[in-house]
Amino acid sequence: MSTVAEAPTAHPAERPLVGWLRGWASNPWGKPRFLTVFTWLYVIWSLVPVVIAVLFSFNAGRSRSAWQGFSLRWYVGDPDLAILNDPSMRSALTQSVKLAVLTMLIATPLGIGLAIGLARWRGRASRPANFLMLLPLVTPELIIGVALLLVFVHLIPFVNLGTGAQLLGHVTFTLSFVVIVARGRLFAIGKEYEEAAMDLGASPMQALWHVLLPLLRPAIVVGALVAVAISLDDFVISQFLVGDASTNTIPVRVYSASRLGPTPATNAIATVLLFGTLLTATAAGLILRRARRREHREGSAVEDLARLEI
Amino acid sequence: MAEPGGVVGERRWLWPALSGPGVIWLVLLFLTPFYAILAVAMGRLDPLFNTPIPEWNPIYWNPEVFGEVLSDLFGGHLTDTILRTLAYVIVASVLALLIGYPVAYYISRRAGRWKIPLLMLLVAPFWINYIMRMLAWVNLLDTDGYVNQGLMLFGLTDEPVVWGSGRHDTVILGLVYGYVPYLILPLFAALDRIDSSVIEAARDLGASPFRAFRRVTLPLSKQGILAGLVIIMLPMFGDYYTPNLLSGRASTYMIGNQIELLVRTGVGKSKGAALTLILMTFVALLMLYYLINVMRAQREARA
Repeated sequence: MSTVAEAPTAHPAERPLVGWLRGWASNPWGKPRFLTVFTWLYVIWSLVPVVIAVLFSFNAGRSRSAWQGFSLRWYVGDPDLAILNDPSMRSALTQSVKLAVLTMLIATPLGIGLAIGLARWRGRASRPANFLMLLPLVTPELIIGVALLLVFVHLIPFVNLGTGAQLLGHVTFTLSFVVIVARGRLFAIGKEYEEAAMDLGASPMQALWHVLLPLLRPAIVVGALVAVAISLDDFVISQFLVGDASTNTIPVRVYSASRLGPTPATNAIATVLLFGTLLTATAAGLILRRARRREHREGSAVEDLARLEI
Repeated sequence: MAEPGGVVGERRWLWPALSGPGVIWLVLLFLTPFYAILAVAMGRLDPLFNTPIPEWNPIYWNPEVFGEVLSDLFGGHLTDTILRTLAYVIVASVLALLIGYPVAYYISRRAGRWKIPLLMLLVAPFWINYIMRMLAWVNLLDTDGYVNQGLMLFGLTDEPVVWGSGRHDTVILGLVYGYVPYLILPLFAALDRIDSSVIEAARDLGASPFRAFRRVTLPLSKQGILAGLVIIMLPMFGDYYTPNLLSGRASTYMIGNQIELLVRTGVGKSKGAALTLILMTFVALLMLYYLINVMRAQREARA
């Protein structure tokens, strides 16, 4: 408790800011009061606006800035505008879920295969393949969006804009995230287990199937969950590849509503999305933690996640 | 597969075969699309409908549209947008670093038992949709929103400020708020890796805490600073939603807004494609820098 308990008592207004800064600069190793206060202010700043947005999805009135009492009006109550009764909100919800599930089903096997291949393969083409896998992670999404739009309009017009195009787009940029998740685990496992199996007479295929894949299982589940979360979260690709209004996803719907005049129902559907991605991410975190515990490794799953390079 | 030759053969094809489907997917749906941008940018316009006709054969490529876009960019009507984009991205990145570094520093080295809980709070924005985080600010910055209510309560302003249309500071605030979390994590990783005994050695040898920070901690975290800055600048250069949501005026358009508008119209599509290619060439330097670093780190991790 010590570090944080001190923070509120050390009132920032008691000393002039300059003295504070000088004190910190001359001794950042001392009791880091400035840093403590600064960090907690940052955390509050980064999260409180979202918390307020969530609260106002439960507002009884139409306002998004004056509290008029608690109600579920914007979720279920209102006959026209509640997300349960507004067809455009309902279709956004189903479209998001549909895309996330389909994306997961395609991206997970592709990504796991690619990760295993890249981790073990020492051929001439393995480095370019690795580079190609990393590219989507650093390419601005706008560029991917424009490129895919032009492809689906001009090059392969038999894929209609809408669900088909969105699905192909989502898999394309989710794939690399699955690879990154699985790759960390592959490096941790090392080659020893497969080599032991092959020394005992297993073919590489058998070693892969009976030894490596079972060891990889937590990473496969986490990879699948990450694919779901990333697909749910995507805005740019979904928006560029939208067909008719029925293929709007939740983020696309929230975007257009925010521009045209949001109601608390906008906050409500955004809140549903928020809990969807947070639950998925929490599940992924818990699975990672359990896998760590079972192997008696030091540190924490969150730290692993934070250290994951792109 | 019983004879050793079979096993060796299997060993040779198994790994490429496993990577195959993923690699083919990326070639078809990630690399080929870039060719489509090129084909549309270098194509012709249908004389009747004025819609772009992509030209797939490089022999017939026509650089006319490219030239037009380049002259728009340098001294034409897109010059302002380009300069504004650069200014927004640079100011927002510097502010994000000024906010992010102390936070990453504190959590990685000074937070003690609060390290894990704080880290979880730090990761949380990753899983909150970007558009929702902007919606939160759209609500707060409403004319009768909490920001204006607060300012008026403290007597900082007499009448509500109209934050939502055409203000540079609002858009920059939005960019900083949106991208800071992505900067903090690489910074955290870099600072967390530093062996504290190096810093203690500097202190034991008589360096003041400030000097130890400036001469040891700061240089050792340089890679993290650069990686973090690049990783937030890349999506910022392709951002069109932040200015649209928080301002929606042409006076705060970034290059991404121009591309989005052009690509969505029939006539402007080839101009949009050309502009996308120009943006790509520009950000490719940042991307390469980052990727080379990542691949080097990978090799070191394996070795």
